[in-house]
Amino acid sequence: MLKVIQHLGHRALHFFLTIGRATLILLSSIIGRPRLKLGFKLLVEQLYAVGVLSLPIIICSGVFVGMVLGLQGYTTLVRFGAEQAIGQLIALSLVRELGPVIGALLFAGRAGSALTAEIGLMKATEQLDGLQLMGIDPLRRIIAPRFWAGFYSLPLLSLIFSAVAVYGGYMVAVEWLNVDDGAFWSNMQSSVDFHEDILNGVIKSIVFGFLVTWIAVYQGYASVPTSEGIGYATTRTVVYSSLVILGADFVLTAVMFGGLG
Amino acid sequence: MRNEDYIVEIQKMHFLRGERKIFDDVNIRIARGKITAVMGPSGTGKTTLLRLISGLLKASQGSVLVNGHNVGKMNRSHLMRMRREMGMLFQSGALFTSINVFDNIAFPLREHTKLSEELIRYIVLMKLQAVGLRNAHQLMPRELSGGMARRVALARAMALDPEIIMYDEPFTGQDPIAMAILVKLIRSLNDALGITSVIVSHDLHETLSIADYIYVIAGGKVIGEGTPEQLQNTESPAVRQFIQGLPDGPVPFHYPGKPYTDDLLAEKH
Repeated sequence: MLKVIQHLGHRALHFFLTIGRATLILLSSIIGRPRLKLGFKLLVEQLYAVGVLSLPIIICSGVFVGMVLGLQGYTTLVRFGAEQAIGQLIALSLVRELGPVIGALLFAGRAGSALTAEIGLMKATEQLDGLQLMGIDPLRRIIAPRFWAGFYSLPLLSLIFSAVAVYGGYMVAVEWLNVDDGAFWSNMQSSVDFHEDILNGVIKSIVFGFLVTWIAVYQGYASVPTSEGIGYATTRTVVYSSLVILGADFVLTAVMFGGLG
Repeated sequence: MRNEDYIVEIQKMHFLRGERKIFDDVNIRIARGKITAVMGPSGTGKTTLLRLISGLLKASQGSVLVNGHNVGKMNRSHLMRMRREMGMLFQSGALFTSINVFDNIAFPLREHTKLSEELIRYIVLMKLQAVGLRNAHQLMPRELSGGMARRVALARAMALDPEIIMYDEPFTGQDPIAMAILVKLIRSLNDALGITSVIVSHDLHETLSIADYIYVIAGGKVIGEGTPEQLQNTESPAVRQFIQGLPDGPVPFHYPGKPYTDDLLAEKH
């Protein structure tokens, strides 16, 4: 029993130590005098690597998720003769939940793991030490642009995901299952509120973007610089990110839609 | 303050990693303009020593002075300034894999100087010419052989004309030709540019042929020092074992533990 408590205490200490370290790393990379010209160039490079390269998986998954929603929604709604409401169902579930959450999960798998592996490899091949020895702070040079790129990309990717998925749902419901075109769009338009639904969804994905990228860059920076260590770190990024996304989603949903706010 | 004879002075330095003592009361002085080698078996913390000199790590006790300033007590900006006077050749080369050879060498110049691109081009080509790789300036690091990567890294380490260059195991894993080139380069750059070189290595032959002064460390202590001739004629059994490459001696062949007979007898029961 004593051992269990001891173990728990040890794990708790370790947990807080990690959080503290990660916070310090994050703060020391993003606080400081910005170098606008260079910073912008580095950010654009990373936006491409983190954001643009994640587009294919986001778009493909978006289409499929939308199509499945259309199909599932239709088969249920048609029993009550309410298949006209399919547009509303698809749009609301996407902008409120599925867009931010699935977008973030895909982002963690595609971009988060890539960030961790890249930073871990730079550490293992002594590139980070090399920078330090040239009198350049790797936190500002390597970590900061990657962090901001992730932070900016995910909300945009989630919006693209939702938009594409709505179109996927439209293809199934209207083109294939013959739901009325006008009813599809007008029901959607009348039920989706910009502030209540879309903006809250965007806020969610901003929070997820912050968390996922933070976890990814920290895991890379703190990884054990061996091939085994980088493998573990990459796995941890995906696992922790997924858990944090789902946990944070519950909290945010409770605050936004659960009447807690 | 600044010592004219010695650029780096390590005094009574202790360094712990966790519970393990890596350095135990070490004194090392590195003479200006000379090639000083630090030798010792693998795992004795030779690379750690270079990290201590460059301030990537801090000594647990004692002091590491570079040009008379204590590295452990420097603030961040002072440390960054000092490092511009230092070049380091990492074991892996540490080239930035996402940019080509030219940009790798131009990197510190663009970062720390306000030179025009035209001037940077001259400097980069000059440094590459010095290591014999001017025609490889367009290649990416992945297209280089191990020896070439190390020469590019050397050109980059020299980019800001440092006072001191540190080499971390420069000869490890090199073919004989690459090895000979590196030996020649280290010597000629040291003499032509009047810089100070520190080599950390366990490659006996090359290091003995190139160094002006050698420290041998083992078990966290300096067990011998002197010119290559002095070390080859030393009486100390531990240094002799290392210099002559003997499999057994003060550093035992067998991993320490209980005697063999114990294991053999235990087998019977």
